Amino acid sequence: MSDLLIELFSEEIPARMQRRAADDLKRLVTDGLVEAGLTYSGAIAHCTPRRLTLALEGLTDESPTTTEERRGPRVDAPQKAVEGFLRSTGLTLEQLGQVEEKKGTFLLARITHPGRPAPQIVAEVLERTIREFPWPKSMRWGDGSLRWVRPLRSILCILVREDGAEIVPLTVDGIAACDTTEGHRFMSPGRIRVTSFDDYEAKLKRAKVILASEERAEAIRQDAANQGFAAGLEIVPDEGLLAEVAGLVEWPVVLMGRIAEEYLDLPPEVLQTSMREHQKFFSARDKSGRITHFVTVANRETADHGATILAGNGRVLSARLADAKFFWENDLRVAKAGMDHWLDALSNVTFHAKLGSQRDRIERIAALARDIAPAVGADPDLAERAARLAKADLASEMVYEFPELQGVMGRYYAEAAGEPAEVAAAASAHYAPLGPSDEVPTAPVSVAVAMADKLDTLVGFWAIDEKPTGSKDPYALRRAALGVIRVVLDNKIKASLMKLMEPAGVMLTGFLNKSGFKQSHEDLLSFIHDRLKVHLRDEGIRHDVIDACLTGDRTDDLTDLVARARALNDVVKTGDGENLIQGYRRAKNILTQAEEADGVEYSYGAERKLAETDEERALFDAIETARPRIDAALASEEYPAAMSALAGLRTPIDAFFEAVQVNAENAILRRNRLNMLSEIVRTCEKLGDLSQISA
Amino acid sequence: MNRQDNPRADAPRSFQEVILRLQAYWAAQGCAMLQPYDMEVGAGTFHPATTLRALGPVPWSAAYVQPSRRPTDGRYGDSPNRWQHYYQYQVIIKPSPPDLQELYLGSLAAIGIDMDLHDIRFVEDDWESPTLGAWGLGWEVWCDGMEVSQFTYFQQVGGHDCHPVSGELTYGLERLAMYVLGCDDGNEMPFNAPDAPIPLTYGDVFREAEAQYARWNFDVADTEVLSRHFQEAEAHCHAILSQPEIDPKTGRRIVMAQPAYDQCIKASHIFNLLDARGVISVTERQAYIGRVRTLAKACADAFVRTPPGGWSEGAA
Repeated sequence: MSDLLIELFSEEIPARMQRRAADDLKRLVTDGLVEAGLTYSGAIAHCTPRRLTLALEGLTDESPTTTEERRGPRVDAPQKAVEGFLRSTGLTLEQLGQVEEKKGTFLLARITHPGRPAPQIVAEVLERTIREFPWPKSMRWGDGSLRWVRPLRSILCILVREDGAEIVPLTVDGIAACDTTEGHRFMSPGRIRVTSFDDYEAKLKRAKVILASEERAEAIRQDAANQGFAAGLEIVPDEGLLAEVAGLVEWPVVLMGRIAEEYLDLPPEVLQTSMREHQKFFSARDKSGRITHFVTVANRETADHGATILAGNGRVLSARLADAKFFWENDLRVAKAGMDHWLDALSNVTFHAKLGSQRDRIERIAALARDIAPAVGADPDLAERAARLAKADLASEMVYEFPELQGVMGRYYAEAAGEPAEVAAAASAHYAPLGPSDEVPTAPVSVAVAMADKLDTLVGFWAIDEKPTGSKDPYALRRAALGVIRVVLDNKIKASLMKLMEPAGVMLTGFLNKSGFKQSHEDLLSFIHDRLKVHLRDEGIRHDVIDACLTGDRTDDLTDLVARARALNDVVKTGDGENLIQGYRRAKNILTQAEEADGVEYSYGAERKLAETDEERALFDAIETARPRIDAALASEEYPAAMSALAGLRTPIDAFFEAVQVNAENAILRRNRLNMLSEIVRTCEKLGDLSQISA
Repeated sequence: MNRQDNPRADAPRSFQEVILRLQAYWAAQGCAMLQPYDMEVGAGTFHPATTLRALGPVPWSAAYVQPSRRPTDGRYGDSPNRWQHYYQYQVIIKPSPPDLQELYLGSLAAIGIDMDLHDIRFVEDDWESPTLGAWGLGWEVWCDGMEVSQFTYFQQVGGHDCHPVSGELTYGLERLAMYVLGCDDGNEMPFNAPDAPIPLTYGDVFREAEAQYARWNFDVADTEVLSRHFQEAEAHCHAILSQPEIDPKTGRRIVMAQPAYDQCIKASHIFNLLDARGVISVTERQAYIGRVRTLAKACADAFVRTPPGGWSEGAA
């Protein structure tokens, strides 16, 4: 048994790739070793900006010897065939055995594959791993042909036994494996010889390298929190940034500094975005929530305790914020002048070659928002105004610099321009929801603009036939569709989507004025239905249940559709529901067969007087009672009540099938019963096309 | 600047001294000290000593200052750290030597950055030039949170795989010098020695020109003239490259990669000017970039058919 230590030491690995790479190294090496017949008891992988490390415990010393039996040609086969077999097995004729089979006597080779020593297997597996490593992006360097994420500088690969460590003999593209590594680039230059994983980790720490990224991240978190606490500040949590920063340093040193006074008035989103995006700084806020300090993480200690580094970082930040302030002040001037300058500028910005400029699009959305406003309880004038201004910030300097601040800036600028609060709020809210965890706008004006924006996008791209295909969705149309769904459902908007799409389509037609324009609202609606199914799946509503509800002419009222689907889904889950659907299916099958065979539709209504058995009469009564209740419940959109009324038919239907033979000898009886089945089917189908529901 | 401000005796005292020290350092490493290319470019990479020489198998090693223009960065000379005209220092070595990172750090030490006091970091930055059809992997180098250089291993230029790979270093000279000299306002940065008989600041040299160019770039440049020039440069580039390889006058094989590339550079700069005038929409932008890239690729195709690009009579 031995332990294996591997370190692939390179120039700086991008932070975002490190964790995945360490996991890949572990997976590829352990899989390779196991496949070659070795076993191990434990494995752990680490990464720093300059190294991927894998430590295995309890690796077996060699793979087991195995024997393979291979049947050759018949003993009396031609010379050539025998020679070929000998060549392929590497044996001589004397070493072969024989085996009797029905078709004759055949040559038999017993080939022994001797176990191979661990070092040999490790060398092969590691070389293959390095050469085939799945980096998201890799490169060549110098005049070599090896690919790695950045130039690979050294390979440490040792097997550690009780009597000492042994270098695994291995050379990849001129780099020979060794038993040394390097510590911190600046604080501890020079190579270090290591004899085991513990020795390696300890020596690295002495050489100012913390091997485990979790340990580095935790150190940063703790130290930042402590320094913030001492200054009466709270660090704005940012786990993504923490992970990234932990991947940028081997020896984290947290430094906190003050943001220059003249920038403290910038919006907090601007401060935070500028600091995070440009400088990878954390933000620290005071008790009032104002961001006043930055936290940077250096990669080293210095004799002046980071004073030079902190001063330098502070200066860089000031330069960045000076830019931001320049943008902010210029933007505020334009905003206060009414933003017309931006709207004009957006006339020159193409949204899509076939869908016109951003300005064209804004005009469409404004008109559409006005149309939608009554359906969502918004004031049409405000909705139109909000829509016209909601995207004005796309022409602002701040959004040009930080696209992720679109909407956020729009809100500030609209406020600065003295617009009503609802109008300003729509600038940021109308983009939502962007992700599954993003909140949905609820203020009526924002809702109107959000719907107008998304519908214009969807109708527009459908009109020019740029629909998502497979994994390709360059215009994020799935997200737009899901946005429509969530805005409608969360706000319980009761409106026909088709009616809302119509003006969008008309405006586009007017705008495009081309014969190539395709009115394809039905197709778009079915796309939205597909997204709806995905969305509701998470809620536990079955696909087939939604399919069943996609009947009738109100499927574009998503609120209604979902209410029906929920009610049906609840029923289907119960025993009554399941049996009811079985009864329905049975009725439908018999009816369909009969109708096909007879070439008639049995839809004239059954007559009670022709009923022969109690079960038939009971079913008559049940349907007579249930139908008005179902109709009333449906009319008042009380779907659960409609469902329970329907579910009440389960027992009489079951009893009917139990007792009655539909295809009776008597043609009159048969016809009446088939008409009865038709009643069952039609009653059930008031709630949806139950045939869509799978057994 | 007194010694109190700048206690390190070996720290440079002026913008030009930073340049001179970089020159001396890279000359000592054996690079050919070239001069700026005599055309308007957006970055040092556009110099044929980088773009073209990165192609093909012939070893190459050069360093130079390149005045560069980015019209959209104009701030009328008012910004402490942005100019539409600025300097880049460029080092290109093919094949990239194994100790290029250490060589680079040596250059920082040479301009007075004390490695024991500063925090130098290599932060992922995948470089891509859509106009040149080029990309590479490397880093931005940070000194105390400030990007002082780009460090790139070229993988592809003009659509051609780089074999061997060139290592490219690009220093933003103003920012770097401001940092080393401790200036917060670039316009106040000493251009020559502060105790020279006629001491000049960076602002003395460039500030007025910045205002003039900003006005011209943003509001005055005639977009129709520029658009026409773009088309002309584009057509000219194609015309040059469509000439037969054998010169009818001398009878020699002369592939005119570099004159054609000049037209490509010209088109690229005109595109930047049009962009600064705000007349290029997002989609048009892509189209323009694509057109420049087509030129760059055609020039690269031509360059690899010249001797410096690795072409030889026998191989043809």
